[in-house]
Amino acid sequence: MNRLRRLLFRIIGIVPKQTQEQDFTSELESHLQLHTEDNLRSGMAPREARRQAILRLGGIEHAKQAHREGRTIPFLETLVQDVRYSLRQLRRSPGFTLTAILMLALGIGASVAIFAFVDAALLKPLPYANPSRLADVAEHGAAFHRSNLSYLDYVDWKRLNKVFSSLDAYTGSGYLLKTPSGVASVPAARVSDGFFRTLGVHPILGRDFYSGEDQPNAAATVMLTYGAWQRRFGGRKDIIGQIVTLSGTPTTIIGVLPEDFQFAPRGNAELWTTLHEINSCEKRRSCHNLYAIGRLKDAVSLETAQTEMAAIAKQLEIQFPGSNRDQGAHIGSLSELIVGTIRPILLVLLTGACLLFLIACVNVASLLLVRSESRRREFAVRGALGASRARLLRQFITEGLVLVSVGMLSGLAVGAVAVRFMLSLISKDMLSSMPYLNHLSISTHVLGFTFVITLLAAAVFSLTPILHLPKASMREALNEGDRGSVGTLWRRMGANLVVVELTIAVVLLVAAGLLGKSFYRLLHVDLAFDPSNLATVIVELPEQTYNKSDPIKEVTQKITDRVAAMPGVTSVGTTSELPATYNGNTNWIRIVGHPFHGEHNEINSRQISSGFFNTIRASLIRGRFITDQDDSTHTRVSVINKAFADKYFPGEDPIGKKYGDGDLKPDSLREIVGIVDNIRESSLEEDIWPAEYTPANQESDSEFILVVRTANDDKSLLPALSAIVHQIDPGIGTTQEQTMLQHINNSQTAYLHRSAAWLVGGFAVLAFLLGVIGLYGVIAYSVSQRTREIGVRMALGAARASVYQLILKEAGCLTAIGIVAGIVCSIVSATCLRKLLFGVRTWDLGTLVTVVILLGLAALLASFIPARRAASINPVEALRAE
Amino acid sequence: MGDKTDVWQGTLALMILKTLESMGPLHGYGIARRIEQTSGDLLALNYGTLYPALLRLEQEGAISSEWGFSENNRKAKFYSLTRAGHRLLSTEARSWEQTTAILSRFLTSSEES
Repeated sequence: MNRLRRLLFRIIGIVPKQTQEQDFTSELESHLQLHTEDNLRSGMAPREARRQAILRLGGIEHAKQAHREGRTIPFLETLVQDVRYSLRQLRRSPGFTLTAILMLALGIGASVAIFAFVDAALLKPLPYANPSRLADVAEHGAAFHRSNLSYLDYVDWKRLNKVFSSLDAYTGSGYLLKTPSGVASVPAARVSDGFFRTLGVHPILGRDFYSGEDQPNAAATVMLTYGAWQRRFGGRKDIIGQIVTLSGTPTTIIGVLPEDFQFAPRGNAELWTTLHEINSCEKRRSCHNLYAIGRLKDAVSLETAQTEMAAIAKQLEIQFPGSNRDQGAHIGSLSELIVGTIRPILLVLLTGACLLFLIACVNVASLLLVRSESRRREFAVRGALGASRARLLRQFITEGLVLVSVGMLSGLAVGAVAVRFMLSLISKDMLSSMPYLNHLSISTHVLGFTFVITLLAAAVFSLTPILHLPKASMREALNEGDRGSVGTLWRRMGANLVVVELTIAVVLLVAAGLLGKSFYRLLHVDLAFDPSNLATVIVELPEQTYNKSDPIKEVTQKITDRVAAMPGVTSVGTTSELPATYNGNTNWIRIVGHPFHGEHNEINSRQISSGFFNTIRASLIRGRFITDQDDSTHTRVSVINKAFADKYFPGEDPIGKKYGDGDLKPDSLREIVGIVDNIRESSLEEDIWPAEYTPANQESDSEFILVVRTANDDKSLLPALSAIVHQIDPGIGTTQEQTMLQHINNSQTAYLHRSAAWLVGGFAVLAFLLGVIGLYGVIAYSVSQRTREIGVRMALGAARASVYQLILKEAGCLTAIGIVAGIVCSIVSATCLRKLLFGVRTWDLGTLVTVVILLGLAALLASFIPARRAASINPVEALRAE
Repeated sequence: MGDKTDVWQGTLALMILKTLESMGPLHGYGIARRIEQTSGDLLALNYGTLYPALLRLEQEGAISSEWGFSENNRKAKFYSLTRAGHRLLSTEARSWEQTTAILSRFLTSSEES
């Protein structure tokens, strides 16, 4: 207890206090006076009296020192001294300090920010019970690696499998929610009854779906996400049991999901209902619209599950050869499904940030080296005054630590700001598909990571000057003239560091170049339509009012006419899926008169209005486009794309040919009337698939996308577009008002490529600057050290040109080594980038050459300045100065 | 100072405590003089060593200090025993007595043999 008390006092005592010191000084003084008076009384002379008193004390300074040591813990006290000394030193050279801290803050900040994303997306487990046991369950088609599950297959899979303790299906949906202010179109999801139990998510209010609540006879019930509850229902507790109208169906609200609930595959869904109302697609085994999640039984691996589910799929294929041919099973981990696409990008970014951090460390280390060089005399003097080598080393380490600590704190601040900034750049739609980023923060993981990289930096900074600390003779260092040997050592070490910097800069520049080029290629991929000045909006007709094809046709026509009459609008069309979205919503076809063995010929299927092709400016290759006459009273027709013609009619004229479903049922037959160019239906990086465009008038749907070409600004048209639709019928829902260019630029593919290109580009620019500055530093220092040598050379008759040559050769050598090493490293590292590249080879010659030229020119400039200085040396002055 | 015994650190603390117990609050110089007098001038104290010992006792909470005035009106820092100091003194004194008793018995028995 008392020991502890004493330790506490001594630790507090580390902070030097003037009062304590003064207090003891006066105590000693009073002691001496008392003693002197006694001595005087015993008859001593005044001077002798005081002398004796001091003698008995054993010396004033000695006594003070003993007392001081008792007050504190000497080791810690010297540490505090060292820190104070370091701070003073750093303050004395603010240029060095600021540069070093800025570089460290940038390096650490970039790494920390990227790591925060990595932590949120890849390290934090998904917020479900035992998330590693959750599997993504889907079908595997001939054309799709992972495709939707059909409802009837799902029911059979659920019944037959022995690998999942539970298997539950989900699918996207949307409802028109009736509110006092009109109809709102709300994104939703439909799930089977045990969905939330499989995830291990419990509602915070109300109840989960009962088992059996997804059966057709069950009452309509809905669960709300926390966000929807707060935003749409004011967070009222009494909402449970209330009835809302969802697309005309009275539905009871039964529960509210927790605030941190997220399900990325249906990230934007606000309302969660059951599958109880089986739609027309779900009645057919050949129609696929679901995905499923399964919880693996204990000791069952994903591979076992894959094997068993494939066997079940095989069994169903035999049982239902028409619908299930080639339909296998795809079992993956749920986390892979959720973060699989973002993982390679994040890892590349993290590598880039760490390389930047490394380059910043190297730069600071070389600054420290230059500084330790100029402080040789200071350390020699301190050594001569009795500081031990260990004490000097400690001083270096302390300085390194102080620098790194300040760097770390400012780096964390930079990182926190960068995280905020990067999050603010992510659009809301994008964020809803990456809900795990919602709770992104500087977590303990991030702090741990910061600590580790800081420790590494600290080690580097402490070791660099130590390697360089004068070992033997202080005398040599004290000798002003002695510079040659030291200069050489620095040049060698500094040169190595610069080569490392240049290598890293090349790697980052090449990566940035490749990513930038991919992004450019991606945005300039051939769309085969004109995306500019197109405004689009999804229109959802309430099915109660518009349940037959005639009223749908009528209202669609009305909307189209009214929109076409808007000022600036040049043409209007509708389609079932916006181009440049995805390959999907497919049909299986069979060509009349061609050999057929039951294979699934999968093609994209789009239902369009007569105005669609003209509106998006697609070009007709042969035949004709769809017209208003192609309605239910006329022959069923279709326009196919070029890929369709190439694949299924090689060397044949498809016009006039017919195709239908696998059984060639008479009502499925269509006659091909035209061939259109390969309009990009897929996302930007996917392949072009064969596609059919059929008249919406022959197959009306209550949901379609309005595509409008305007002569004016397309963005400003968007609000008016929705307003016009609501004028016609306020019960019609409109969502996702966006221009075609917005749609393309904000698509996930474009988004991910863009962020990768920009961030790596940013890192590369910083690395480039740091590398070139580093090179400049080395050459400039080298010139300053060789002033005398150059002076001698020039005095002996060397021409200025040969001085230039001397310096530029040194710089050129370093640059060449750096660039060559960088090119080799980047060709190796680019293979890791392969997943992120689009339309660019890993060893893209153009990028490599550009980087070499850019870096070469910058290096030339960086070395030309010091070379010029060297060449302008006045030999007389140079010789006199030494 | 040649034949006078050097003071052993641990016993110095005990002497300080005992001195303060018998004399009441006292300044450093007074404590030093008192210890010398009590030892019959057999003990030569290096006064410089007294102050770290006082500091240590104060840090441990056995004594407390306060500025005051000496009998001839000099400003001086006075030390006094705290309650914990009284306890410490009695336990330390007992253990010291035990040690010396054992040691003296040991020494006498070895002289006999």
